[in-house]
Amino acid sequence: MTATVNVFLKEGVLDPQGKAAHHALDSLGFEGVSDVRIGKQIILQLDMDDKAKAEAEVKEMCETLLANTVIEDYTIEIA
Amino acid sequence: MKVAVLRFPGTNCEFDTQYAFEKLGHTTELVWHEEETLPEEIDLVVVPGGFSYGDYLRSGSIARFSPVMKAVTAYAQNGGKVLGICNGFQILTEAGLLPGALKRNNNLHFISKHQNLCVINNDNAFLNQCEKGEVLNIPIAHADGNYYIDDDGFKKLEANGQILLRYSDEKGNPVVVNGSVTSIAGVCNEQKNVFGLMPHPERALEAILGSEDGIRMLKGFEV
Repeated sequence: MTATVNVFLKEGVLDPQGKAAHHALDSLGFEGVSDVRIGKQIILQLDMDDKAKAEAEVKEMCETLLANTVIEDYTIEIA
Repeated sequence: MKVAVLRFPGTNCEFDTQYAFEKLGHTTELVWHEEETLPEEIDLVVVPGGFSYGDYLRSGSIARFSPVMKAVTAYAQNGGKVLGICNGFQILTEAGLLPGALKRNNNLHFISKHQNLCVINNDNAFLNQCEKGEVLNIPIAHADGNYYIDDDGFKKLEANGQILLRYSDEKGNPVVVNGSVTSIAGVCNEQKNVFGLMPHPERALEAILGSEDGIRMLKGFEV
């Protein structure tokens, strides 16, 4: 089972890296980009069979270590 | 005074910190991150600057789970005094011992320079030797010093006098250095025994090196 965790800065928390990339895209002439957010993707290989249990476990990993919930949101996909 | 100075893989300000407190006449002891207890009869724990665990994942996020941090948390919960400088500040916020979080600087640069700071609150064990509104000149050196706290958290900080320092000009007016909420450079917890700041007072002890304002900051802990 594979868990894919995406971690992003929360809405309303300025993302300086996203802003810099957005600016660079503008400079390169790419039009029609209204916002850029940069986050990180963490891929976990799990030795588990129970999807619900895996999801609960990965949620705990996110709350404890993988995300700082003061500034970041996360999503979990299990496949 | 006896000062415990923590050391993680990637810490690089531990000797400067020892030098600073020893110059002020105190004894210091380095404490490796794998230790589960702190030395006996200490008066202060310092979490020094550096790049613990290479700043992987987020600055301070791995170090906060070191065995020694359990002892530091218990020490702080018992009223013991803890000072986090730069990476130490990041570790203390990650550990939940201080409110808020430190993000990448708004301009994405590693900023390394002397910086004026305005003393916002001095009724605490750290800045009691400084005057409210006084401007101190202290070096900063960080990439993730952009202090963030939500509106409710900020109101609490302000109401409880937990804002220690703001980046300022030479007259004490706040200036934008890294994007911190209201230019905050340092905060303390509600109980006022845990302190964190991005600037490096241990690097400002000799006028010939640019500033000796760090002496008064560190001397606060003697009182």
